Amino acid sequence: MNRFATGILILSVAALAVTCSRKADSAPLKQTGFGAAIVESSGGKQLAQTGTSLPQPLVVQVNDEQGTAVPRVLVEFSAAPGVTFDPASALTDPSGQVTTNVSLGGMAGRYQITASTFDKAHKKVDLKIGEIALGYQQTLGRRLNDQYCDRCHNAESTAEKVSNYDNLEVKPHPFNEGDTLNKLSDADLTAIITYGGPALNKSALMPAWGNTLKKSDVQALIAYIRAVADPPSRSAGPLFTKPM
Amino acid sequence: MKAKLSSLWQKLFGDSVRAFGVVSIVFLMSIAIAPAKNFFSEWRHYQHGYLSLIRNRSEANTLRRHFQGGIQQIWLPELGVVDRCTSCHVGLKEASLTDVAQQPYRKHPAIPHNLDQYGCTICHRGQGAATTVAEAHNSTLAWEQPILPAKYIESSCGQCHRGPLSGTPQLNLGRNLLARQGCVHCHTVKLPDGSSMKPTDDPPSLSHIADKTTREWIYAWLKDPQAYAVTSTMPNFKLSDDDARDISAFLIANSTPVPGDTAQVSAKPSSDPAAGTSLYGESFCASCHAVQNAAGNIVGGDVGPELTRIGRKAKPEWLQAWLRNPRIYDPPTAMPHYRFNDAQVATLAGFLQAKTDSDLLANVHLDSVTPEQIAHGKRLVSDYGCASCHEIGGIKKPENFAPELSRIGSKPTTQLIFLQGMQHTLPDYIAGKIRNPRAFSPGLKMPQYTVTPAQIDAITTALLSLNDRSYSLPPSLAVAAPAESDYQPAGKAGKLMTDLACFSCHRINGHGGDMAPDLTWEGSSVQRDWLAQFFKNPGTLRPALIRRMPKFNLTDSEVNELTDYIMTVYQNPAIDRDSMPLSGYSQGQIELGRQLFYGKYSCQGCHIVDTKTDKGYIGPTLTHVGARLTAAWIYQWFKNPQALRPGTIEPNRAMSDEDARALTAFLMSQKGGGKQEAAKK
Repeated sequence: MNRFATGILILSVAALAVTCSRKADSAPLKQTGFGAAIVESSGGKQLAQTGTSLPQPLVVQVNDEQGTAVPRVLVEFSAAPGVTFDPASALTDPSGQVTTNVSLGGMAGRYQITASTFDKAHKKVDLKIGEIALGYQQTLGRRLNDQYCDRCHNAESTAEKVSNYDNLEVKPHPFNEGDTLNKLSDADLTAIITYGGPALNKSALMPAWGNTLKKSDVQALIAYIRAVADPPSRSAGPLFTKPM
Repeated sequence: MKAKLSSLWQKLFGDSVRAFGVVSIVFLMSIAIAPAKNFFSEWRHYQHGYLSLIRNRSEANTLRRHFQGGIQQIWLPELGVVDRCTSCHVGLKEASLTDVAQQPYRKHPAIPHNLDQYGCTICHRGQGAATTVAEAHNSTLAWEQPILPAKYIESSCGQCHRGPLSGTPQLNLGRNLLARQGCVHCHTVKLPDGSSMKPTDDPPSLSHIADKTTREWIYAWLKDPQAYAVTSTMPNFKLSDDDARDISAFLIANSTPVPGDTAQVSAKPSSDPAAGTSLYGESFCASCHAVQNAAGNIVGGDVGPELTRIGRKAKPEWLQAWLRNPRIYDPPTAMPHYRFNDAQVATLAGFLQAKTDSDLLANVHLDSVTPEQIAHGKRLVSDYGCASCHEIGGIKKPENFAPELSRIGSKPTTQLIFLQGMQHTLPDYIAGKIRNPRAFSPGLKMPQYTVTPAQIDAITTALLSLNDRSYSLPPSLAVAAPAESDYQPAGKAGKLMTDLACFSCHRINGHGGDMAPDLTWEGSSVQRDWLAQFFKNPGTLRPALIRRMPKFNLTDSEVNELTDYIMTVYQNPAIDRDSMPLSGYSQGQIELGRQLFYGKYSCQGCHIVDTKTDKGYIGPTLTHVGARLTAAWIYQWFKNPQALRPGTIEPNRAMSDEDARALTAFLMSQKGGGKQEAAKK
């Protein structure tokens, strides 16, 4: 009996020691400032394959009531299970910003990331940022887009990839233009890609790709277009948010 | 205590009826354990959950009709697959469940394979036969195979598909990196098809290094290669000052001179300070060589080494000889032999020599060499396996210097030694080992590589695909990689093409780079006069391109040699280039072609025929196309562009013969000012 009690005592002491040492391990993030709002600096609306990290880090800034950046404010990132942050919480740097690397979850779809902090009144301040995880089909679609579509459908021009958008008399729709493209059914998009713009009374500058792309390629492209649409398309799949 | 126990015994087993009753109850309860376990099993719970999930959906009846209760199983004896995953993942094949985010009920995303044909564990790993979540997904003591994290899922494609796939960018990148980062110089990787993975980088020979650079530079480079060039793939061996000193001493002492690789150019560099910059630009050096600009961005190609601080490295007399003819120092180099004249060599060398920064060699002060240092340096060079990558005179390339990585994707976790705080899974181990090899033991020889987290994930993906299954796959399922061609052109023209390093950019018969157009059918495609003129003065066909054909200052006889060879040998058997005339098309046909060009096919979206009105910047400019291409090629191109150049982005329009003929007539009428321009030069 006595032995038993000693055992319990030893165990509980050990457990206590472990918990204490854990507490000591996670270096206390000493917050000195308080913000009133979080704004996104960069890194929102990025695309990445499921489970992989976003190409650019996510940067958010904490501002006070006057809109000036506040250093040393604790910002925490959270999202649906499967999404990881490196780091998951950090203090803002002297310019009021926090940078984190984000890896998206294993399922294709839109992910909502929440960056949060507490203001002076200890009220929670949130910023919600959307990112997009591409599954197999969308990844294939993205590659096809880069090869065949992007030069005209993307107005952004770089030295490596000069955009043809400005040279076209009838402007193509960028694929993230959800307002327009979400109204087109899959069948309509398939028809335009396969038979060209004139199939739906649109510009002949959009050529027919039906003899160049396979049916599965066209489906992959549509899956990609649906995935990147902003505002989101209904067929983009579910939105993964933080569990309440 | 004893009294209490004996009274309890009396109560339960006091007489035979009581004893019989108690024993019966215990017996019945133990019989009930098995059905109860079944009744309360996880999969039943999930199946109930699924039924209540679909109850209120509009297509509930269809879904219920598809639903089958009980343990489900996909059994594929040929692949050794017994997958019961579908017992819980009941909605995998339901196309209408796109909006369901909750697992295990999500619909499986679209993939090119049928789930019934391949099962689940071939791609996702895990224990297919298990019927509880913990046993199926996680590794347990009895079962070793946890679920593969989503970010490595493409490794599973690589088990059967041995070549690149358009849907698996990460796997393709990882395989490229294994070859390009030099991993396979030291680690043997035997592929399932029996061949060994070959490195694609080209580490320079160090046998003659004293001609090229100084001991101080070697020292600084060994200490931190990325301080000299951020894009360098040379890893950091974390050498001590003394070790770096001794290795550099040995390499310089061991170096033998190459006759003719150093030369003093008598000509003076051009007095125009901008001449170097413009010669660098005109020669399109940036197509292959990168330079880090003031903002820290890397600008330029990655075929050759980065030149940001080349002036700190190259000895002036070596650089001049190299620019004059790089093949003297390094015969197989990817660098073309530009035929620069002495003034150009002096100008370009002066321009490159000025690319320096002040601090790279600022703190390097090496005393004179002792024989002990050289001997120690030699020992270090063989200890660190330098000769696995670099050719070093007098040192043999070590065999099996590092552990073989074939089947690394099936290495049991019990054989791995993990770092503290590391997840005990194989992917985490591999990624950790690439990220920081020396963390596993300071005595390890594997150096520190400069790779991004995304590159580490890609390499890990490629390594995980080398597992037992990929080697034991039924041959019918394996999809072979496209065969690598080692095509070499023959004769005098072949030698010339090697000297000009055509294959560094162009691909012919499956061999060569992909920076510039494939020339396999060039002889059917272009007109002889145009080709000869192009060699003398390569104008650009695509105005938007920043990588272009450089001017090699070829002699007339060299131009003739090359042109004749290309026109005779690189012919497409399906095209008779004389079957259609180069000119003389009727005005009516040309006009019809013009209407088709601007109307039905709207070619002006991508091409320019009239520089005043057309703006298309995607395809080549067609203002001179009638003087450049053969009519037969243009016609066949209209009929099926991908047949002539696989992967070209020109869409196949399935044109009728009449349309193709009219468009050919129109394009052949676009001779531009080609003749006048040619006359001017």
